[in-house]
Amino acid sequence: MADTTADMVQLVTPDGVRKKHAEFDPWVADVTGDQLASLYEDMVAVRRIDVEATALQRQGELGLWPPLLGQEAAQIGSARALRTDDFVFTSYRENAVAYCRGVDLTDIVRVWRGNAQAGWNPYDIGMAAPAIIIGAQTLHATGYAMGCVADGVDSVAVAYFGDGATSEGDVSEAMVFAASFKAPVIFFCQNNQWAISEPVGLQAVRPIADRAPGFGIPSLRIDGNDILAVMAATRIALDRARSGGGPTFIEAVTYRMGPHTTADDPTRYRDAAELEEWKAKDPILRLERLLDSLGLFTHELQAATKAKADAVAAELRDGCIDLPDPEPLSVFDNVYATWNSTVERQRTEYASYLASFDEVSDATGQPAIEQSAVATAKGGHV
Amino acid sequence: MTTMTLAKAINAGLRQAMQDDPKVVLLGEDIGALGGVFRVSDGLQAEFGAKRVIDTPLAESAIIGTAVGLAYRGYRPVCEIQFDGFIYPGFDQIVSQVAKLHYRTQGNVTMPITIRVPFGGGIGAAEHHSESPEAYFAHTSGLRVIAVSNPQDAYSLLRQAIASDDPVLYFEPKRRYHVRGEVTEELGQSMENAVIVTPGTDVTLLAYGPLVSTARDAALAAADEGISIEVIDLRSLAPIDYAVVEASVRKTGRLVVTHEAAQSGGVGGEIIAGVVERCFNYLEAAPVRVTGWDIPYPPAKLENHHLPDLDRMLDGVDRVMGR
Repeated sequence: MADTTADMVQLVTPDGVRKKHAEFDPWVADVTGDQLASLYEDMVAVRRIDVEATALQRQGELGLWPPLLGQEAAQIGSARALRTDDFVFTSYRENAVAYCRGVDLTDIVRVWRGNAQAGWNPYDIGMAAPAIIIGAQTLHATGYAMGCVADGVDSVAVAYFGDGATSEGDVSEAMVFAASFKAPVIFFCQNNQWAISEPVGLQAVRPIADRAPGFGIPSLRIDGNDILAVMAATRIALDRARSGGGPTFIEAVTYRMGPHTTADDPTRYRDAAELEEWKAKDPILRLERLLDSLGLFTHELQAATKAKADAVAAELRDGCIDLPDPEPLSVFDNVYATWNSTVERQRTEYASYLASFDEVSDATGQPAIEQSAVATAKGGHV
Repeated sequence: MTTMTLAKAINAGLRQAMQDDPKVVLLGEDIGALGGVFRVSDGLQAEFGAKRVIDTPLAESAIIGTAVGLAYRGYRPVCEIQFDGFIYPGFDQIVSQVAKLHYRTQGNVTMPITIRVPFGGGIGAAEHHSESPEAYFAHTSGLRVIAVSNPQDAYSLLRQAIASDDPVLYFEPKRRYHVRGEVTEELGQSMENAVIVTPGTDVTLLAYGPLVSTARDAALAAADEGISIEVIDLRSLAPIDYAVVEASVRKTGRLVVTHEAAQSGGVGGEIIAGVVERCFNYLEAAPVRVTGWDIPYPPAKLENHHLPDLDRMLDGVDRVMGR
């Protein structure tokens, strides 16, 4: 069940050659050399974030990290097309989207270090708390878009999800609602070919982009490793949504070059040859080649980009390691928006319990639980 | 003060909530043009328009999930699940999203969503139309769970639920929709409070939703035999108002808890555990549960053998009194 990519829109070939495309070209005609260089810098920076975060995980500073290696163009190209008043609803892998929305790098690692479940205030940057439940966010984005219509504004909601998610019922239900209510929502599917160990052919026996028209939603199938195609498609969808034309489905064909997460081992189910094949289509390499052909891939650009990546990596590392452990009693915070008798009763109970160890400590200043462990280890009793 | 049915009281509560706050929107199947299969939302779409009273496609997960998105956008959605047994497709959005979003975003995002659910049996219905799923939600932190028993509470607690910034599962006793009662526009006691509906001294009989009126009838019948039953309408299943319950059990020393839902893992077990923790030395006898059996809801011809009725409640009273 090979995923034929022949029919996807591509403006830049893997060799970095700009191809004409009558329908898409006008949407990126304004992109300057400087803007291309900036997009390049974005992609290099987020790839470096991935590398750094993976290293931090291996060093025990992060519990887990889901890399987006290989998907930089799909995320940067789309996220950079958005306005600040748009709102994105993502999965756990859209850290490049978070980067574009202006998320503090410390707030990105906060989740993966285990300090919090959502790293940022969604209203600061127009990005919802990432969804771990696959596909759930497509409904949230649709509802948000319905709210934008009710408010009479032309803001757009974007739902990011993967190929695996398209099998979940919520995604189909979201498309039903989006079509019925003509919601200004973009369904941005990064088909990265794999849902952990399951190939996309298991999720879809024909191109994923073919589904949306069945719901009455226009679909665009693009080369997700081609940042210009991604940007053009996103702009087309944004324009449609803003002008009352309703939802669009974008299937960005890309590849998950890394593991599902740092806990995964793709060598157990993936062919090394396939990875090599996709390395030739690498989104960053492709843009380098395009920039080079335009005479823009200068030493200055390379140096500036490396400096940016180094700075981002350092900021991420420092932010991660400096994160203070959360306070124990904070487990009881924010369960409800209003005062809750059950939660407060249990908070009091647990606070007393914790304090009881402090009370029993003696002149050594050690809490009783450590003393008893020491005593037991020495063969004594408490 | 007007006399109206429980269904009409909900209608009045919805209307008042929508008049008070333009951010209140209703979503559900058949709630607009039809006015709801129980006519609970009758006339609301005509008054407030199709953008605020939204007939949704047939998809419970989407009803709840789009409400999450609307809440992100600052709206106050009131979702109707047409029948109790249809809530399960929406279960994931309720417990994984609605219940948790305030917590996981450190309070930055609120989910002021009210989910209205006609529940309970005794109406001779087809399968999946007579369920009592409240325990699943009472066990889910982040949700408040309310079960109303009478027209006044149906109005007042609904208005409180909608106004609350917490998500609320609001269970309506569908077999009592036609029951008439006095309704004022007052909000009355907090929706967290249990209420003593019949004072008594010998036994505490705790009920909620459709069984409150059955419990009151049981108290009247018992009075003829010289037994004084104190009937409590729990109203809030999460959190539970132990202050009222505890005060009653300290007085009577005997507790009977009744609900239509199956016994095992039900709200009754939770209450009894809580009462035993608080009032062990005041108990004269082990508390008694009078509940549905641990069976799927049976066919209509058999439902009366499953649902607690007045006689089974009095039997429970006899047992707790050692008679």
